[in-house]
Formats: sequence, C-alpha cells, structure tokens
Amino acid sequence: MAVVFERPHALTDVPMHYCPGCGHGIIHRLVAEAIDSLGIEGKTIGVASVGCSVFSYNYFNTDMVQAAHGRAPAVATGVKRANPENVVFTYQGDGDLAAIGTAETVHAAARGENITIIFVNNAIYGMTGGQMAPTSLPGQITQTSPYGRDVNTVGYPVKVSEMLSQLDGAAYIERVAINNTKNIRAAAKAIKKAFTYQTEGKGFTLIEVVSTCPTNWGLTPEKAMGWLEENMLPYYPLGVYKDKYADKN
Amino acid sequence: MAEKVLMKGNEAIAEAAIAAGCRHYFGYPITPQTEIAAYMAKRMPKIGGVFLQAESEVSAVNMVIGAASAGVRVMTSSSSPGISLKSEGLSYMAGCDLPALIVNVQRGGPGLGGIQPSQSDYFQATRGGGHGDYHMLVLAPNSVQEMAQLTIQGFALAEKYRMPCMLLADGTMGQMMEPVELPDSAPEMAEKPWALTGTGLSRKHNIINSLSLTPDELERWNIDRYARYAKVEADEVMYEEYLTEDADVCVVGYGIAARVARNAVNAARAKGIKAGMFRPITLWPFPKAALNKLATTCRAFISVELSMGQLIEDVELAIRCSRPVTLCNRTGGMIPSPEQVLASIEEAAAKLN
Ligand SMILES: Cc1ncc(C[n+]2csc(CCOP(=O)(O)OP(=O)(O)O)c2C)c(N)n1
Ligand code: SF4
Repeated sequence: MAVVFERPHALTDVPMHYCPGCGHGIIHRLVAEAIDSLGIEGKTIGVASVGCSVFSYNYFNTDMVQAAHGRAPAVATGVKRANPENVVFTYQGDGDLAAIGTAETVHAAARGENITIIFVNNAIYGMTGGQMAPTSLPGQITQTSPYGRDVNTVGYPVKVSEMLSQLDGAAYIERVAINNTKNIRAAAKAIKKAFTYQTEGKGFTLIEVVSTCPTNWGLTPEKAMGWLEENMLPYYPLGVYKDKYADKN
Repeated sequence: MAEKVLMKGNEAIAEAAIAAGCRHYFGYPITPQTEIAAYMAKRMPKIGGVFLQAESEVSAVNMVIGAASAGVRVMTSSSSPGISLKSEGLSYMAGCDLPALIVNVQRGGPGLGGIQPSQSDYFQATRGGGHGDYHMLVLAPNSVQEMAQLTIQGFALAEKYRMPCMLLADGTMGQMMEPVELPDSAPEMAEKPWALTGTGLSRKHNIINSLSLTPDELERWNIDRYARYAKVEADEVMYEEYLTEDADVCVVGYGIAARVARNAVNAARAKGIKAGMFRPITLWPFPKAALNKLATTCRAFISVELSMGQLIEDVELAIRCSRPVTLCNRTGGMIPSPEQVLASIEEAAAKLN
C-alpha cells in the first residue's frame, strides 16, 4: 500500500496550501495520476482558475496558465486552437465555473471544444471565506446567506452536469465524489476517461467532483465528509450524465 | 512589396494581419468593425488558420490570452463597447506579459452610444482601461495604408516587448477605401521560450501568471515591467510633423482628425497664417519630447479630436502647459470640418498678435 502515497510525476514537490480535509488535494492527485497513466504530461497544458485552487499552477508539473475568474474555458479554447495536439484541461471551482464563468462554460460545451474541465463542486466560495455559491444547497448557511439559502429570494442551485448534458456539443459529462475509496476510484476512472476522450478528439468533457470545504462549512474533516454524504449527494446524484460514445467503448 | 489594391480600412487590417503571419483570430460582431471578423471568417479556413466567433468580447479576449500563451501570433478586434468588455483581459495580458494585437475601431459613447466614428476611447486606450499599473502600445493610423502597416508593426512590437498592442482607429477609417500595398513577407517571430507548448518532459514547466500575494514580489514585477515600458518610450515613439518648422500655431490630432487638420493647415497657410500640424502615431508612448521641443518655437496649440477633450490632456502635459492649448472638437459621431479647425487656427493666431 506504500505505493499509494508516492507522488505522481505530474505533481510538483511544492507543498500544497490546502486546509486539512480539503478535497482539492485529493482531486489534484487524481488528475495527476490520470496524466501519468496516459503518459501525456509532456504535451498537457493546464489552466488554473480563480478560487482556492488558483495556485494549482505551482502544483501541476505541466505547462500552466492562470486565467481570470470564470474565464478558464475561453483561455483553454485559445490554447487548444493554437496547438490542437496538446491536451488541455481547466481546473475550476463552482463560483468560477457556474457563476461568473457560466457563459464561458456553456459555450465551450456547446462548441464541443476538445478540452477537459475538472469542476470542483464544494457548494461554497472557499477562497474568499465562505460565501454562497451557485451550488450552495437550499437552506445552506454561508457568510452571504446567514439565515440559510432562501430559494424564494436567491433561487436554486445550478446542477451543472444535468444542464450541460443537454448540449449536443458535450461528449462526456460525469459527476463523481471523493467521500470514500469506492467513489474516489470511480472519480479516478472518470477523469482518466475524460482525458482519453480528449486525446481521441471526441470533444468536450467535464467531470464534476463533489468535494468538501471543511474550513468554510465550519466542520471537522470527518464531519465534512458526513455532511457531503447527507446533504450534497442527494441533491447532486452521482453518475454519467452524458456519454456520446457509450455504446462504442 | 506587392502591387497596390483598393481596400476598405477594416479589410486592410485583416489582410495585413494575415500578411503578418497571424493565423488566429477571435472576435465578436459589433459595428463598425464587423468586416474584420467577416474577412477573417472567409480567409482563415482557406489558409489553415483559425477564425472563431466567441460568445462575448470577454471570451474572445480570453481566447486570445490562451492562444498568445501557446505562443502563436493572435489578434482580436472590436469597437468601443466591446473594448470595455475586453479590458479585464487586457489587464491580465499586461500582467502575464503576453503579446497580441487588439483593434479598436472606435464609435461614439458612452454606453451603447452610436455607430458613427469617434475618438472618445483615447483615455481608455492610453490610460489602461483595465485595472492595475500597466500600459499597452497604442498605434493610431490615419490612412488605409497605415492601418495595414501599423497592423504588421503592431504584432512585431507586441512580441518584442511582450505586451498587448492596440490599433486605435475609428469608424470612418474602417469604412474608407484607399489603395494599399502589402509586404510579401511577415516580420520574424520573436523567440518565445516562455510559451506553453508542453514540457515534452524535457524542461521545467512554464507558468503564465499575473498573481502574487507577496507585495514586494508584485512590486518588483511592476517595476521590471515599467523598466521595459521606459525602453518602449525611448525607442518606439512615432509621429509626423507637417509644416511645423516655422509654425506659430500647431494643430495636434491623430487618425481621422489629423486628416481634417492637415486640410485646415493648408487653408490657414493660404491665408498667410503660419500653421503646422503634429500627428502622434504612437499614442502610447506619446511623443512627449518632440512636442515639447516644438513648444520652444510654436506659440499656440490646438487639440483637434472627436472627443470631449481627451487628447488635449496629453498635449498640455507634453508641453508642460508652457503655451496656450485650445480644444477644437466634435463628438458623438460628428467630425470637425476643415472650416471649424481653420476658425480655431485663426482664433489662436489672432491672440498671438
Ligand atoms: C472578477 C473577480 N471577482 C471576484 C473575485 C474574488 N474571488 C476570488 S475567488 C472567488 C470565489 C471562488 O470560489 P470557487 O470558484 O467556488 O472556488 P473555491 O475557492 O471554493 O475552490 C471570488 C469571488 C476575483 N478574484 N475576480
Ligand atoms: S477554504 Fe475550503 S476549498 Fe479552500 S483550501 Fe480550505 S478547505 Fe479547501
């Protein structure tokens, strides 16, 4: 089992700044392992977004560019169109992808842009200290919904995977989680499949990873996993939402 | 040089960009520059290039950022309201030291404004537009030939100094038809060891980034960038002087305003007034030293512009308010007539006696 803790080559040895129990560290590892196992590190370009994961440009060993808040899919589009033989991915939080970057996300999917998006849904704005996200749950208490998210005044969470799966341009959309070994394995498989599809020129792929933010949820890492299971998973069911090539696999 | 062909300003920009080796264009339709996008949509697929209509100017400029990060010669074009949306991206481009060409075929503002020609984005272009300490190169052509030439030069300058370059035109020039000559060869591509092409597992990963949470580091980055800007100010200033040697009154204007000014200067000379014209071609870097030198002999200045008094501030700053500077302008899509400029020249000349 010692092998499990070996650092993937696609991760640098820079110590990560994430809080204890934060999902970002696990998800970085899964992305890096997928890159390693496909042997694509040397031709992969990553796009970091604005959020807690902004410093992912220091953590991934691939060439990296840091995009403005919400713009990562557009930046990735430019990178990919410049050198289509490169593998291009973005790594984005829910505020970045589903609020300020909604247009960029939807249209990258609609165009069938041949990129991979790793979308980390932790139901909150982590970096700015715990404000309501487009994916915060009904009733969820955050700094900017101190009485709980009131759907009558601020509306409902955005279900990104369900929404994007309606677009003809999307090739593969799956929602995964990191709350237990089984789900982490499934997440690893999904991320690898998304990158594989990209290398095969199959088009737009997005993996939504249901994750934790113990710090801004105000919970211990253990309790955060419990909260994810009890609250997020019922609202955000896991599974494949779109796979254009399902029969052909 | 190839033979001369008759072209619209907007088309000349597009064709010149292609001649300059640009094979990536990202844009969003807006009058009065849409011909550039239409031209690129037609030509790019035929020459192995990329034309992509983005979902907004915000996305278009970020696609430019992506392509520039990947090391290719890339451009976008828009008009005033679209440039406002691109301004976030311009700030990031400056902060990431990325070269690209951004064309602004200006129209009247503020707000949705109008679709007629204007120069009212002068402050936006020369003072930043986006947030933070930064500059762009700003080139202001006054003929279709110059639109083509400065497009080509713009790419080269942007790459040489790793910074965004704006070609600042206006609706009249975009629509104007004139003969153009395009060069046969593109400027050489600068070395781009910083570009994101994939590490090939043979080098450390490249990072393109404008973030630093360490104030002294961010300060250092800005100071370094301004050292580069100082070099641009020393080496890349462009301007044209017309009959300024013995001029008492000098009209300052760029782009379309300079064409009107030139006619007015000729009319004033015919009336015996010693008038001249000073035309900045680079608006940033502004030809401060040349204009200040002119103020040692020339006794009055007039800023001719299609805006409410924007260029005039740079004229006053350049000559350190050592001479009177008056404003001769129209705005909102209106263009000053040669008669209006002539009247301003006569007024200024009368005050000298
Ligand atoms: C244009 C702009 N608006 C606002 C911000 C401030 N900001 C930084 S991160 C962030 C939210 C990020 O939340 P999310 O995408 O959910 O990522 P997380 O931090 O939870 O991983 C905001 C609003 C910014 N940097 N830029
Ligand atoms: S604030 Fe939340 S998302 Fe950010 S690093 Fe800490 S736990 Fe992770």
